[in-house]
Amino acid sequence: MVRLVYLARLRDAFGTAAESVDLPGNVGNVTALLEWLARRGEPWTHELAPGRAVRVAVNHDIAGPGTPIRSGDEIALFPPVTGG
Amino acid sequence: MSVRVQQEDFDVGREIAQLRASTRGVGAVASFVGVVRDLNDAAQIRTLTLEHYPGMTEKALERIVVEARQRWDVYDILVIHRVGVLKPSDQIVLVVVTSAHRGEAFAACEFVMDYLKTRAPFWKKEMTPDGERWVEARASDDEAAARW
Repeated sequence: MVRLVYLARLRDAFGTAAESVDLPGNVGNVTALLEWLARRGEPWTHELAPGRAVRVAVNHDIAGPGTPIRSGDEIALFPPVTGG
Repeated sequence: MSVRVQQEDFDVGREIAQLRASTRGVGAVASFVGVVRDLNDAAQIRTLTLEHYPGMTEKALERIVVEARQRWDVYDILVIHRVGVLKPSDQIVLVVVTSAHRGEAFAACEFVMDYLKTRAPFWKKEMTPDGERWVEARASDDEAAARW
């Protein structure tokens, strides 16, 4: 079980701020997670399509494509930041 | 060093005075204040809503400050970033750096802002006469951060 958090535009697009999900055993890193979520259909497929600017943080640290994901992690998906 | 994420406005003069009072030997104070503009991409801005990712935001800001302190010989760094609903001409963000000489203070202040713009989890949503829209990230901000 992992906690997925959606922020800003992605929260609006997905219609939810967070969810807890059981991941299949073969979803072990950020790239695999995004591909798995994109297979849910719209709006996931569109928002998480290759080339779309999606940033990911695992347990509050910015993650890369190969960052591992483990049970109990909090994984946040968000658009590029625009503060300041 | 301190970072604060808050809804309330801040008093630049008071924050600078407090930072100066906490250290002896300060010879330079550089500060940056970000302000809400009334126009963006040709649209009138009624309000700007700042959202963040509680839990990660403070950690990301602290990491930026630590990195600045490793790169430049500065005495102290303060970062305040507001969240919530703001209006044109409201203050959004404050960075203050104290050091012995101006070069370090200027450079560290600019570095903190450039990194904050690309690494701290804040997002802006604008309310315009045509409705709400999320502000898109700018490539120029990535280029500014890449200079360092």
